Order: sequence, then structure tokens, then C-alpha cells
Amino acid sequence: MTLPQVTPLPIVLVAGNPNSGKSTIFNALSGSRAHVANYPGVTIDRVSAPVTIDGRDLELVDLPGTYSLSARSREEQIAVDSLLGRNLPSPAAMVVVVDAAALGRALFMALEVIATGVPVVIAVNMSDEVARDGIVIDLAKLGAMTGAEVVRTVATKGGGIANLKAAIGRAAARAPSEAPLVERPAAVALDLAALEAAILAEQVLERPGAARAWATWLLLSLDDDGADDLIGVPPALRTLTLDIRRRAAAAGRNVDLEIISSFYQRVDTIVEAVVTRPPEPRRHQTDRIDAVLTHGLYGGAVFAVVMLVVFQALFTWSEPAIALIESGVAGVQALAATALPAGPLTDLIINGIIAGVGNVVVFVPQIGLLFLFIGLLEDSGYLARVAFVIDRLMRSVGLNGRAFVPMLSGFSCAVPAVMATRTIESRTDRLLTMLVLPLMSCSARLPVYVLVTATVFAPGTRFGYLSAGAVLLFAMYMLSVVAALTAAAVLRRTVLKGPGAPLVLELPPYRLPAPRVLLFNVWQRVRAFLIGAGTVILALTIVLWALLSYPRAGDASAGDQLRQSFAGRLGHAIEPAIEPLGFDWRIGVGIIGAFAAREVFVSTLAIVFDIESGGAEDEPLRDALRAATWPDGRRLMTPLAGVSLMVFFVLACQCMSTIAVVRRESGTWTWPLFMLAYMTVLAYAASLAVYQIGSRLGLGLG
Amino acid sequence: MTSKPGSLAALPVGGTAIVSRVRGERAVVRRLLEIGLVPGTKVTLRRVAPMGDPIELKVRNFTLSIRRSEALGIDIE
Repeated sequence: MTLPQVTPLPIVLVAGNPNSGKSTIFNALSGSRAHVANYPGVTIDRVSAPVTIDGRDLELVDLPGTYSLSARSREEQIAVDSLLGRNLPSPAAMVVVVDAAALGRALFMALEVIATGVPVVIAVNMSDEVARDGIVIDLAKLGAMTGAEVVRTVATKGGGIANLKAAIGRAAARAPSEAPLVERPAAVALDLAALEAAILAEQVLERPGAARAWATWLLLSLDDDGADDLIGVPPALRTLTLDIRRRAAAAGRNVDLEIISSFYQRVDTIVEAVVTRPPEPRRHQTDRIDAVLTHGLYGGAVFAVVMLVVFQALFTWSEPAIALIESGVAGVQALAATALPAGPLTDLIINGIIAGVGNVVVFVPQIGLLFLFIGLLEDSGYLARVAFVIDRLMRSVGLNGRAFVPMLSGFSCAVPAVMATRTIESRTDRLLTMLVLPLMSCSARLPVYVLVTATVFAPGTRFGYLSAGAVLLFAMYMLSVVAALTAAAVLRRTVLKGPGAPLVLELPPYRLPAPRVLLFNVWQRVRAFLIGAGTVILALTIVLWALLSYPRAGDASAGDQLRQSFAGRLGHAIEPAIEPLGFDWRIGVGIIGAFAAREVFVSTLAIVFDIESGGAEDEPLRDALRAATWPDGRRLMTPLAGVSLMVFFVLACQCMSTIAVVRRESGTWTWPLFMLAYMTVLAYAASLAVYQIGSRLGLGLG
Repeated sequence: MTSKPGSLAALPVGGTAIVSRVRGERAVVRRLLEIGLVPGTKVTLRRVAPMGDPIELKVRNFTLSIRRSEALGIDIE
């Protein structure tokens, strides 16, 4: 083990319930200096940022949003391990972000945290909303009753952040408290004392306050049948904990109920003392909106309209930006061609590097727009209503409303979405979501759809009032959803039998999204794409350029060069298999390249067609595709072949990153290989059906 | 009707009751308790999802949605 180069900074943890505005507070405190690493031993992101408060350097760490500290999985265990400094440095202070409107629930976790003795700052967030409702919260009394620093914040507007920083500075300078916070019923107090003594004797923790908090956590978290996934619990303590639980159960006591109820009694006392409500609470706007948006008929109609508007906007709004980027890239390529001497290096720069960068940047408009819409839905509170409305349907295919968020994230990228399935408690449910999630149409497929629709339909082609491209795009998203749900239903009844986990879904009040927060999040996603995906795309564009350019064919024509290159040979080899789907060997080469990442399909085709078309480097890819023919002169990219290709991309597991992340999350190669197999078979069969049936009926051949 | 002992699943829309007991699988019960559905808590059934499930509750001044299958395990008085 190597010694760290620098002394680690004192840590300040930021925790809070989901929907409390925790991440917004974290971003407001840290600016954009956050960096992402992994917690030791688990594959969960540890987002942290250096901050300077009162001239003191601290490390701010964003904990996953949660309603309590208790845990069944290693991922949920992170919160308590970070808080108690188990295998990690102990924090100097902790910020608990609470939703001012839901103090009666949010204080539960705040008290769990305060009970550890770590100095705490409570950020009473969204305090402007309660003030508007005429609710008064006595912050001084809240501070006195909890022993925490209490600060009023309106994170979306940057309100109270300076005060919060000052409070963090004061808290971080304080020593941990060892005094008990919550009064327990006598029996459970004895149980906790016995466990606390054992923890101190085992020297797992040294502070009495920390040992007491860990004793509480062990009693709440350890599974009676050992079915939890928790680590770092010495066998003697596990045995003692389960003994205590067993004895309590035999005496007719419920330890979980006793512990949680005593916390809530304290919460109720505090809320009673600090919150003053107006005598006549006015009917909240949220109620009126929900009467429409969660209504069976209107709600469904609104959902469909919102989605259609999003996709129409994605398609039409991004087009001018894409055209601008494409012409810009062509201009730079032309400039490089005149400035540099001809040769393999110049070829690499123009067709590998500049083309690769262009292929990355060209997706930014769509990705930015898509995340803007997703952010709007999420921040406004509508996303939770979607889960509420759709849970029954999700359940009928064996998923639950919670799977909806990962599934929806699947629209952007399967990789983070697969990681987001960690919030699903049951392993079976989680695995099921993970296996069907890659069928959701991710943003990397979008460039493929956009390229294909723009190629096979002339601009202005319309079905009724909607552009043909938008209708087709919408149909592909619907196909992906239907395919994912059907796959879930089938897998649940075959390979993954078992009961579903409970649904506990909070419906936050409707809120006007804050543009600053929204744009910051969009930028973070775009940046993540540029860094995470962009570098891979650039590298692969270069690798593929090499595959397509070598071995060199001397002074043969560009077509001959490509045919005898490594990639060309492979494309030719699979052509007999993909011809019934309407794809020739060039599309085959694209599909091979797309396995690295779906969007690479576009850059691969760009190289394939640039080489074939000889000197016309700056000819847009769409024109090249439109002009492409089979050897017998038939058009290659007919509308039917385009639809077949899109269907293939909806269903095929053309993404090694997804396979890698499913391997990591499932802990075995069995599931990702199973996923690859079933998706490939599904994609092949569906495209075959589309092309063959379409051809017989004479559809879309012109 | 609203004061009749029974399960939360039997509460009519708009009805209010007090939680008396939460039964079921331990992980589910713990989850419901932690979110604030401890015995003695006032619960109002606000709405039912369009497809009849899940249900929307008002608990401790926030809005929570659970399924009927879980609501069946929550005794009210």
C-alpha cells in the first residue's frame, strides 16, 4: 500500500432525502469542481469537491439520497460507514438537507445522523415555499432541540448558501457529541446498551456516540436469516445482534418498531414545538394540478402529448445546430487538406481526428435538448406522477414504479441507467430491470435514427401535420418501450421468477424548475458525454480509420482499398447473413463498428463512404448514403431498409460498455452474455420480419 | 366508515384514519415505518392511480404513494 501524497482534507458529508434539493445544495457549495471516484469496495460513485470555508480547506462529499441510514445492501451501507468513519476517515461535520415542507418526515434521518454525535448542519431547504403557505419554522428552537446548526436555504436561487458555509465552518470546528439524543423504551435501551458495549469491546469503533449509533443501525439493518449483503460486521457482533432480536421477538417485542417509533416521537415533539401552521391551510396548487395530471383519461393524454412534443422538438430544433456543426467540420477538413502535405498522417488528421471530433460534437444539440426535457420533467415533479400513473402497468410486467426512473434514464444511456438500478432493493427486480433496460432507446441510438430518417425521407416529407422523421422517431421510442416491457414480462415468468419488492414513491409538490440548476445539470450531462463517450468515440474513429485504411492496397482505387481492408473483409464475410435484412456489406461494417458504441455506426459509415467516394471528403454522409446502390443498381437506403436498420438498432445490444457495466453490476458474465444473446436474436428476427414482409407488400421500396 | 377498524386499503378516497399497526415482511414494514407510517400517525387517502393501484396518501404533511398490497398490511382505526 502506498502512502497518500497529500494529507487528506477534513471531510464534510452532504446527505438528505430524495427530492430535498440535496444535489442542488452540493452544487451551490462546490461550484463545478466536483469530481467522481468510487467508494472502496463498492461500485458506486463518490462525488466530492474541494471547498474552502473560513480559510480552511475541506472535502465536500455528496452522499446518495436516502430516507434513512438503515441498509440491506452494501450500497445503502455507504451512508453509515462514511458517517461513522468505518474504513474511511471520520467526517468533521455533516450537512443534512431537509425539505422545509416535509419536516415531519425529513427530521427522522436528520435525527439518525445527529445521534451519531458528528456535528451536524441542518439546511432547511425550499423555505420560500413554506413561507408562501404561511408556515413558520422557528429555526433557533430547532437548533436548540437538535443540537445542530440550522440554516434556512433556497438552493435553487442560491439563497442562504453563504450562511450555510459559515455554519459548516462552525460545525467542522466542533468536537463530536457523546450525549444520547433520543429516549428509548427501557427494554430496547438495554438491548442497545449491551450492543454498544460489545462494539466498544471489539474496538470496531472508539467513540461511545458512534458505537451507540452503530448498535441502532445493526439492530435495524441485519437480516435475521443472514440475507443482507452488509460487510464489515464482526461475526461476534452479528451473532449478538441476532440474539437480541430473537429474544425480543420471543418476548413479543418488535425492535424495529421500538427504535423507529422512538425517533418519530422525538420528531413529533420537535415539529410540534417549531412549526406553526396557519389555521386554514389553503388548498395547494399541487392538488389541483394532480387532479388533472394523474387522471386516467386526461393524465394519459397529457403524457402522450408531452412525449410527442419532446420528440418533435428534439428532431426539428436540433437540425439547424447539427447543420452548422457539420459544415464547420467540413470547413476545418478542407482547411487542413490545403495546409498539410498529402500523405498517411494528413489522412489520419482529416479522416480520423477531425472527423472523429465532429462526430462527437454533432450529438451535443440532441443530448442537450433531451436532458433539458428530462430535467424539466424531473424538477417540475411530473416524473414522479408518471411513476404513480404507470406503476400498475410496470407491475403487470414484473417491474415496479421505481424501475421507471432507471428505465427512463435508459433513454439517455444504458450505462448510468444500469447503475441506477442499485436503488431497487430486491436483487431479482434489479437484475430484471438491468437485463431489459438496454432495450430502451438510448441517446447513442439517436444519431443512427437521425441519420437514417434524414437520409431516406426528403426534408419536409410529412404524415399529416407531423414530419415523417418525427413520426418514425416516435415509433422507434415506442417500439423500444414495448420491447423492454415485453422482455420484462417474459423474463419474469421464465428465468427470473420471484416476488416483486414494495413501492414507496414520494410525490413532491409541483415546482417551477430553476433554469440555473437545469442548465447546470444539462451541462454536466453534456460534459460527461464529451469526456466519457466523446473520447471513446474519437479513439474508435481513429482505430476504425486504421482498420479501414490498412493493409494498404498500393495505388488501387479507394473501393478496392476498402474491400481488402480488415474491416471491409469482415463486412463482406457477414453480408450473406444481413442481406435478408436489407443491409449490404458497408452497413455490415458500420454494425461491426457500432458494437464499440452505437453512435460509432455513423462515423464508421462516414469513413466507409468517404473512402469509397474518393476525393469528395466534405460530402455530407446523407448524400453519400442516398446515392449508394447495390451492385445491381437498386437503391440501398430505401425507406424500408432504413426502417429495418432502425429496428435493428432499437433491439440489438450494440454496446460493449453496457455489457461491461451489467457484468460489473450483476457480478457475473452469465447475465451480460445472456443479454447479448437474447437481444441479438430479437433484433435479427425483427429486422428480418420488417424487411421481408415489407418487401413482399411492396412498402417503402421507392 | 372512515373510523371503522380495518386496513388502509379499505379507506375511501378522502378518508382519514390513524395507523394502528403495520404487518408484513420485515423489510417492507421497516421501510413503511421509516417513511413515517408509525402507529399513531394520521393518514389521509387522497387519490387512487388511474389503473386502481397504487394509492396516494397524505402522511406527515407530505405525499406518498404505496401499492394496495402494502396498504393491506397497514391496520387503521
